[in-house]
Amino acid sequence: MTDRLYEGADWDFTTLQRIHDACEEIAEKELGLNVYPNQIEVITAEQMLDAYSSVGMPLYYKHWSFGKQFAHQEASYRKGLMGLAYEIVINSSPCISYLMEENTATMQTLVIAHAAFGHNHFFKNNYLFKQWTDADGILDYLDFAKGYVAQCEEKHGRAAVEQTLDAAHALMSHGVDRYPGKKSLDLRAEEKRAKERRNHEETSFNDLWRTVPTGRAKSASLLSAERRRALLGLPQENLLYFPEKSAPRLKTWQRELIRIVRHISQYFYPQGQTKVMNEGTATYVHYRIMSRLHQTGQISDGNFLEFLQSHTNVVFQPNYDDRRFSGFNPYALGFAMMQDIEKIVTDPTDEDRAWFPDIAGKGDAMAVLRDIWANYRDESFVSQFLSPRLMRHMRMFHLHDDPAVSEGIRVDAIHDERGYRRVRRVLARQYDVGLIDANIEVVDVDLAGDRRLMLKHSVLNGALLNEPDAKRVLQHLADLWSYDVSLAEVDASGLVLKEHVAHPRVMAAAA
Amino acid sequence: MAMHIVDRRLNPSSKSLENRQRFLRRAKALVQGAVKKASQDRDIKDVLEGGEVSIPLDGMNEPRFYREGGIRDRVLPGNVKFVEGDYLQRPQSKSGRSNDAGEGDGEDAFRFVLSREEFVDIFLDDLELPDLSKRKLAEVENEGLRRAGYTTSGSPANISVSRTVRLAMARRVALQRPRPEAIAQLEAELEHCSDERRPELLAEITRLKSKMRRIPFIDPIDIRYRRFENVPKPVAQAVMFCLMDVSGSMSEHMKDLAKRFYMLLYVFLTRRYRKVEIVFIRHTDRAEEVDEQTFFHGPASGGTLVSSALQAMHEIVQSRYRPADWNIYAAQASDGDNSYADGDLSGRLLKDMILPVTQFFAYLEVGESGSHPFEMSESSLWTLYQRLRAEGAPLSMRKVNDRSEIFPVFHDLFQRRQAKERVAP
Repeated sequence: MTDRLYEGADWDFTTLQRIHDACEEIAEKELGLNVYPNQIEVITAEQMLDAYSSVGMPLYYKHWSFGKQFAHQEASYRKGLMGLAYEIVINSSPCISYLMEENTATMQTLVIAHAAFGHNHFFKNNYLFKQWTDADGILDYLDFAKGYVAQCEEKHGRAAVEQTLDAAHALMSHGVDRYPGKKSLDLRAEEKRAKERRNHEETSFNDLWRTVPTGRAKSASLLSAERRRALLGLPQENLLYFPEKSAPRLKTWQRELIRIVRHISQYFYPQGQTKVMNEGTATYVHYRIMSRLHQTGQISDGNFLEFLQSHTNVVFQPNYDDRRFSGFNPYALGFAMMQDIEKIVTDPTDEDRAWFPDIAGKGDAMAVLRDIWANYRDESFVSQFLSPRLMRHMRMFHLHDDPAVSEGIRVDAIHDERGYRRVRRVLARQYDVGLIDANIEVVDVDLAGDRRLMLKHSVLNGALLNEPDAKRVLQHLADLWSYDVSLAEVDASGLVLKEHVAHPRVMAAAA
Repeated sequence: MAMHIVDRRLNPSSKSLENRQRFLRRAKALVQGAVKKASQDRDIKDVLEGGEVSIPLDGMNEPRFYREGGIRDRVLPGNVKFVEGDYLQRPQSKSGRSNDAGEGDGEDAFRFVLSREEFVDIFLDDLELPDLSKRKLAEVENEGLRRAGYTTSGSPANISVSRTVRLAMARRVALQRPRPEAIAQLEAELEHCSDERRPELLAEITRLKSKMRRIPFIDPIDIRYRRFENVPKPVAQAVMFCLMDVSGSMSEHMKDLAKRFYMLLYVFLTRRYRKVEIVFIRHTDRAEEVDEQTFFHGPASGGTLVSSALQAMHEIVQSRYRPADWNIYAAQASDGDNSYADGDLSGRLLKDMILPVTQFFAYLEVGESGSHPFEMSESSLWTLYQRLRAEGAPLSMRKVNDRSEIFPVFHDLFQRRQAKERVAP
């Protein structure tokens, strides 16, 4: 029988160390997790509120919007409308977890298992985080950003800096690269490729091709338009990258500020795409670790009950008609799917075998889960691993709301044989970033005329942009671009549904 | 694997204070409006406690591109009764974007809590003390040290190394002290040179060496010390006289009005002066200096002689608050009754003794709530003071009947001067 890690609710730093070591033992030996080194920081409730208002980051540049957020959150916290999170974890190396000092020892154990091992493993191994974020560099970068912004304020005035940051923040949600960048071409490889192409042409020369009719040659103006777009790197979906590189009248420091906002936006991009998986992973990990600690007698029955109560709260999923309902709870859905996968791998039913031939009955649940955690994001995860059993269990159904249909909202599919695949497909789409954010691109610039910047919103399912907000964002973009900006909302057939235009205001920086 | 535990609890906690200030600055006009509005509904005591205000979101919003309307597909949990092909009624109340709460401006107003300091700051932001010219440098609270350049003598602890070395270098350059490398180079040359050049080189080396000895690396005249001097730190101080008639005709309501006014004045003064003293003088037909409790709540009865209070104030000023050292403020509250015979004496006292030494003298005539100020006949004190004012005495006077009028009156009295000047020319 192993000794208890702690008794009662009290803890001190040696307790935390013991808890961490016990969790680490299970995480590494039993679950096979691979994590960044951990740094655990104990903070007060007020500091937690502070952290909230700077998106959880330990350091951030100064901006009024964070103050606004803080004021708002503080008000609702004081009124008791909002509880604080038990922890915040940062995707960095070392991986920083904030623990609130008010937590009991059991809560600290839960939080360490959840954040310092669950999230930490996910950050280190998931392909999106590997591809898009630099865990080693983020804190240094934020430090740089903070210093740089302060320096700019001193040099160019607070108003000018604020104006640029405001504009960049407005475009932040569309300031990410959604696909890995084109690698710059290796000249030697390029030469080799050209030679191969020539060889291929020579060996497969056939005079017949000359006689095949082709379309009309492109006109000169069309060609030059294409060339212009290619030179400007258009179309461009990153609405921060484009002004940063091409806005004609921005100062160097303004470009750098936009770049900072863009980098930070990119850093958070994977988190939005992996909410269900990330929380599912962390919840599954803490559940496994806590259960094992209890099994080996390292935490008492009473403390385990305390844990179960918090755990149950965390994975609670209200039904659609419940007052508390606000969409799928990523903890609940993620955890349920992880447990479901464990069952499919270790104890499959015939249905599981039919639906998941690759993993059903493979035996080693952790190996399968680790592989999934590394190689999927929410959309692909749901679309591949949501099982009929879970759909039945959560009683999922698909609603199709077409404003043109007067009868109301149609129930398109429910959890039955006919509906499983459709429900799963629609739910997966709900997590598809390509569909969550409006698809807006910079398509062209009228260089010969009034230098108007042209944007296009490819309208999906008839959902237009909220007009007042779109106008304000566009205004910000016009300020950066310093000439007119127009945004056309175009549906799939090419029909322009709506058009917005913004004229630049005088930037404070110009003074 | 190595794990670190860091205790951040002792870190400075209000990391976002700066952001908060930026936010308040940006929303200044809006917050000011909200504070004014909030202060109307509340008691003054509560007003100064700070608290929640709400401002319209407009102008403070952070716009984003987001979509609304259109055809929407959703998967929801918890189906118990529907089968494929059923139709649900659309919820009527919410228009279109019911489910995407949290995006955009979900609320019309933005609510947050101001601290007491912030509240008072904003509350009194556009007010100013009249006649600040007499602010005296008095009551030296402490003396501070201040850097005051360099000196050629001092304690070794205060040697300024960088300044000393800089001076030494300047001197060495100016006097062309030979550099050790130059001598070393000559000596190296000496070892391999021809015989005829040797004496010449030797002489040169000796000359350089002796010159080097004559001009030391650091000379006592190079040495500089950091100099400090004592600076008196001035403290502006003020005293506030509260004069009140406590004769039988003053009701609790009237006293309450007076108290509120004094309170505002006190808060206002404490923001401008480090040290503010209060003197409470109550009077019937004779005056006495009392503590705050007695002032507001102590029972008293008798006739009314305003001159007694003015006399008492004059004596206290004479004995304790030299006008040269103190900024003197006085606020008098009364229902306006005064015995007829006292008028002349009061007028003289005020004009000759009190007003010349005070920065500001306010007379507040309090009445019963509900009675309209214009319906009241002019009281004897009001008539007296008005006459003095007409003769050019710097007196401020207002009538107040209701709690809600206290702040507007106060605000009116202390409004920034520029506003008046703009009207005047």
